[in-house]
Amino acid sequence: MPDYKIAKTLDYKGLKCPMPIVKISQEMPKLSLGDVVEVQTTDPGSLSDFPAWAKTTGQQVLETKQEPGLITIYVKKTK
Amino acid sequence: MALDVEKEIAGLKAQAEARPGAKRKLSMVVFSGDLDKHIASMIIATGAAAMGMEVVVFYTFWGTAALRDPSKRVGGKNLVEKMFGMMLPRGRDMTKLSKMNMAGAGTAMIKAVMKKKNVASLGEMFDLAGQLGVKIIICEMSMDLMGFKFEEMIDYPGLSIGGVATFLADAGESAVQLFI
Repeated sequence: MPDYKIAKTLDYKGLKCPMPIVKISQEMPKLSLGDVVEVQTTDPGSLSDFPAWAKTTGQQVLETKQEPGLITIYVKKTK
Repeated sequence: MALDVEKEIAGLKAQAEARPGAKRKLSMVVFSGDLDKHIASMIIATGAAAMGMEVVVFYTFWGTAALRDPSKRVGGKNLVEKMFGMMLPRGRDMTKLSKMNMAGAGTAMIKAVMKKKNVASLGEMFDLAGQLGVKIIICEMSMDLMGFKFEEMIDYPGLSIGGVATFLADAGESAVQLFI
């Protein structure tokens, strides 16, 4: 278990490009600064897309976990 | 003294912002009328909007047919315009693959595969683009050439008509420009 508090878990399983980053970008305004969300996705593209999205939009990817058939990404709202 | 430094910084900031291509903006020309190229352009457009970029998509030539609304009919067309209207796809759902169309079988197959793999359809992506504030501009001259009227185009938030200068003004300040 990660040692940060998770504000929300977002289920993006089954979604394909570009939906995971579209969904996370739509989620951002609903969060408070410093919130950490846990994103569950099955799209392997998300492994590189989330860090790229975070870098461009000023958010932060804290951790990426890969298990068979599931990718979990922890995103912190920093902006 | 301190005031001067602030002024200087503000001046430099204004200069940096006015630099061509400095804006986090995507300007894209969609020239092609193929289903596969429309899908690619819409994925890039919605993806860019999700990355916080301002997005403008300029539809020209074969691309414009995808913006027709199949439920809208307009009169007042001459013979050539009617022919173009009949021969070109009546809306995005009638566009075909650029390769492996195989008299429509390939196109039907890719649509079925997309559905099965949960990839958003072209229609869904247009809806999404509208929600994300992606701006769509239709080339005036292409519409005129093919006899399309603005009244037969899809209902899309802020849909507008423009020419090459409109595109170039957008492209000039955009960090990313694409021609599809």
